[in-house]
Amino acid sequence: MEFFLALIIVVLVAWFVTAPLRKRDAVESEDPAVAELADLEARKQAKYRQIRDAEADRTAGKLTEEDYRRLDRELRAEAIDILKRIDRVHQRHDG
Amino acid sequence: MDPSRKRKIRLVIALSAAVLLAAGLVYTSFSASTEAKEPSQLLHSDPGATYELTGKVVPGSIQHAGDELDFTISDRDGSDPIPVSYSGTVPDPFRDGREVIVTGKLENGTFMGERDSLVTKCPSKFTTTTPGQSS
Amino acid sequence: MPLEVHDHDSGTVQLTILGSALLAAALLCALFGAAAAVYGGRTGDRRWVESSRRAVYAMAALLTTAVVIIEIAFLRDDFGFALVADHSSTTTPTFYKLTAMWSSQEGSLLLWAWVLSLASSGVLFITRNRHREIVPWATAVLAGIGSFFVGLMIFKAQPFSHLDPAPAEGAGLTPLLRNPYMAVHPPMLYSGYVFWSIPFAFCVGALIARRLDASWIRTTRNFALLAWTFLGIGLLLGSRWSYEELGWGGYWGWDPVENAALMPWLVGTGFLHSVMVQEKRGMLKVWNVSLICGTFSLCLVGTFLVRSGVLQSIHAFGASTVGGPLLGLIAVVAVGSTLLIVSRLADLGPERRIESLLSRESIFVVNNLLLVGLAAVIFWGTFFPLISEFFTGEKHSLAAPWFDRYVTPLGVLLVLFTGIGPLFAWGRLSASGARRLLLWPAVAAGVTVAVLLAVSDAGGHPWALFVFGFAAFTLVALAGEFWRAGSTRRALTGESIPRALAEALGRNRRRYGGYIVHAGIALTLVGIAASSSFQTNRDLHLQVGQSANVGDYTIHYDKLSSDPNPERLSFVSHLSVSRDGKQVSTLAPARNYYPTDDPSAGPIGRYFMGESTSEVGLRARAGGDLWTAFQPDLSVLNPDIKRGNRQLTGLPPAAQEFAILALVQHYVENPPSANFRVIVNPLVGWIWIGALIALAGAVMAGWPALESRRRLEAAYRARLGRELGTATEPS
Repeated sequence: MEFFLALIIVVLVAWFVTAPLRKRDAVESEDPAVAELADLEARKQAKYRQIRDAEADRTAGKLTEEDYRRLDRELRAEAIDILKRIDRVHQRHDG
Repeated sequence: MDPSRKRKIRLVIALSAAVLLAAGLVYTSFSASTEAKEPSQLLHSDPGATYELTGKVVPGSIQHAGDELDFTISDRDGSDPIPVSYSGTVPDPFRDGREVIVTGKLENGTFMGERDSLVTKCPSKFTTTTPGQSS
Repeated sequence: MPLEVHDHDSGTVQLTILGSALLAAALLCALFGAAAAVYGGRTGDRRWVESSRRAVYAMAALLTTAVVIIEIAFLRDDFGFALVADHSSTTTPTFYKLTAMWSSQEGSLLLWAWVLSLASSGVLFITRNRHREIVPWATAVLAGIGSFFVGLMIFKAQPFSHLDPAPAEGAGLTPLLRNPYMAVHPPMLYSGYVFWSIPFAFCVGALIARRLDASWIRTTRNFALLAWTFLGIGLLLGSRWSYEELGWGGYWGWDPVENAALMPWLVGTGFLHSVMVQEKRGMLKVWNVSLICGTFSLCLVGTFLVRSGVLQSIHAFGASTVGGPLLGLIAVVAVGSTLLIVSRLADLGPERRIESLLSRESIFVVNNLLLVGLAAVIFWGTFFPLISEFFTGEKHSLAAPWFDRYVTPLGVLLVLFTGIGPLFAWGRLSASGARRLLLWPAVAAGVTVAVLLAVSDAGGHPWALFVFGFAAFTLVALAGEFWRAGSTRRALTGESIPRALAEALGRNRRRYGGYIVHAGIALTLVGIAASSSFQTNRDLHLQVGQSANVGDYTIHYDKLSSDPNPERLSFVSHLSVSRDGKQVSTLAPARNYYPTDDPSAGPIGRYFMGESTSEVGLRARAGGDLWTAFQPDLSVLNPDIKRGNRQLTGLPPAAQEFAILALVQHYVENPPSANFRVIVNPLVGWIWIGALIALAGAVMAGWPALESRRRLEAAYRARLGRELGTATEPS
């Protein structure tokens, strides 16, 4: 009785696990662009937070005006870079 | 001084500090440590030196006399019993047959345990059982 | 009747065989998953990667079923299961029946593997469409570790071994473990260990795939935070249990098993901080991969130490069969990750350099050094017996005083840095800013030290004085940060102060949650410093009616009572505590004696030859605790016990019970003097309070932000735009 049950379990598991292998070609369950966008969005939000934090630091007097301007320029350039990459992903799939 | 030279200097300082501290650590640990012995080994070692003695409490040997606790300790197989005299905290699991660790010196055939140095091992939680047997 | 027994037995046998089959299937899934993931990673064939992910899901389902079977067996008192017979009984309370599973070697391995499979399934589900280069390798690592632990269960420590015939009653749970803290401590600790495997696996994947930006860090950040939190809870529960339940009155003894959990927690703390530097400034990449590999290796070392018998400790027994294989796994993980990191050093170059010592980046490097240094000192001290044996042939061990001496300076410095870190900015801190920010905290530290020197004998304990000063520095610094957050926002939005503060904190939960953790840690260290440096500790020997003085308190031994029940004998002492002539409390420390089943102890003696536990009499206040433990002198009963054993053997249990009660009553009416241990522990409660505050801060820091939902929305909007052929505006 237990062997029968164990056999059923093994068969079910094997069927579940090998299901993707029985498809003819590679399955794209979801557009990779969505994944890439999610990652870029995460980076963008992190970069925005950094920009806001730098401004808060300047207000608190932790950064000199000069250091702040340099840091702000750098961070904004990095943010623009991310935005450009986001746009490129859009273009790849709209065009 | 250019930045990369500054960085190299900082790295050298940090590494030297680490090496010095590590050397200090190693040196002091050998002098601060106590050697671990079992009763059979204790009988062949320097009398008058402090050791960390590990062994089993011989069943029937436990006696409380006021503040003092006396018992006999032996190797795991029961050989080489040595009387122990100890005062201080007695851990809850302490009883006949338990494995204990006590630090002290051998004086006139009795092992004098240092105060509060008695450790008793928890009853075997992690021995594996072979199938079909209970532990 | 025999027919019923046979049916029950064969039902049990069926279940145990099914359980073993589930484990075998889980092992096959794990091995297949690892192989399929590697194949999918190398060839890029996503079908194999998907298949490997499903294998991990299947492993989780199989192990969950196995756990359910075992727990049901515990609940049903199915003593045909060797595990249930050895660790439970019909009289064990239900809560402890459920938690008894992990008091055994086999059950704790099952817990480890099960939590690992669940956590792995979780992270693989979340990342099922992302990080395509990394995920296959991470899957392989997780499945590989899973297969190791399931393999251990199948070949070395079977949870599903059965007893034939099944005994009528089980051995019951060790009384020392019948405590809620101890019941919950293992799952917390193991969850901590297991959750560290997630960032570790993704780190290995990132190294193999050479995708060494911060994406592996971002993805696994919540798992790292959860791991740190659970490990912290495990440490907290273990030390609280030790304080409340053991007749010793301490909460930390530098025992190897305690150290085994502390070391990964320390290095993991370094990791959590150091990755922030990589996320923001692209630096410390080599540090980060090393820290996580070190953390996970230490988790395995922790798992190993408790069950290997390699070191003498409260928990270490004779050699167990799983010690060897675990050591092998540790070697593979440690050596393998080192080689992997070294081979990728070229890809781990920093994107920027540290500009200034006065920056948060450089504080975090110091932080890394302090934490790793602490872990190294503890590691050295813990393994010294083996190290010394290797070099000198003799086993030398280091005790608590050595640990205290070398850990204290590093710990004290850490208190200071928990305050400095939050003050500094990313990038170079301006000199005027530094002066202004450090002013009030430094003043607070100075005032605290001066006051303490004036009104107390703190001068005799310099390390404690440093801790108090640095803690004052830290708490004022953190308060300043909160103040600045609130007032900046108020200046912008005109909200009321409380509203502005709440909004500012809510919008930056990671940062301010982290600051709350820092505050909690500072308080914990204050509690540790005060209770270790200013403790009053006395062993008393009192007759009923006698008193003694301990510190400011007078302890009077009022009377002895007993509270026998079928489970155990209990002797309860009643103490009146007074201070300055006024009674402040009554305490009732007790000692419980659980009978043993050993027939050689005799029908009366067996009550006194089994396990005994202490009930601590505790008066806990914010200013400190009064801790009392009681040890009755039972040796006067020995002649009566011997006589009772002789005369009452063979008599019915009712007669034996009557005799025991009579004996106990006789003792209570005329007790000899007893030993008491009394400890006055200033500020010790702040250890627990600080730890709880730190945990609350961790929860706040990890709380998912609304931003993640906005991110998801953006992704969907983009997809919609694509499918409609038009661009959409983000709101």
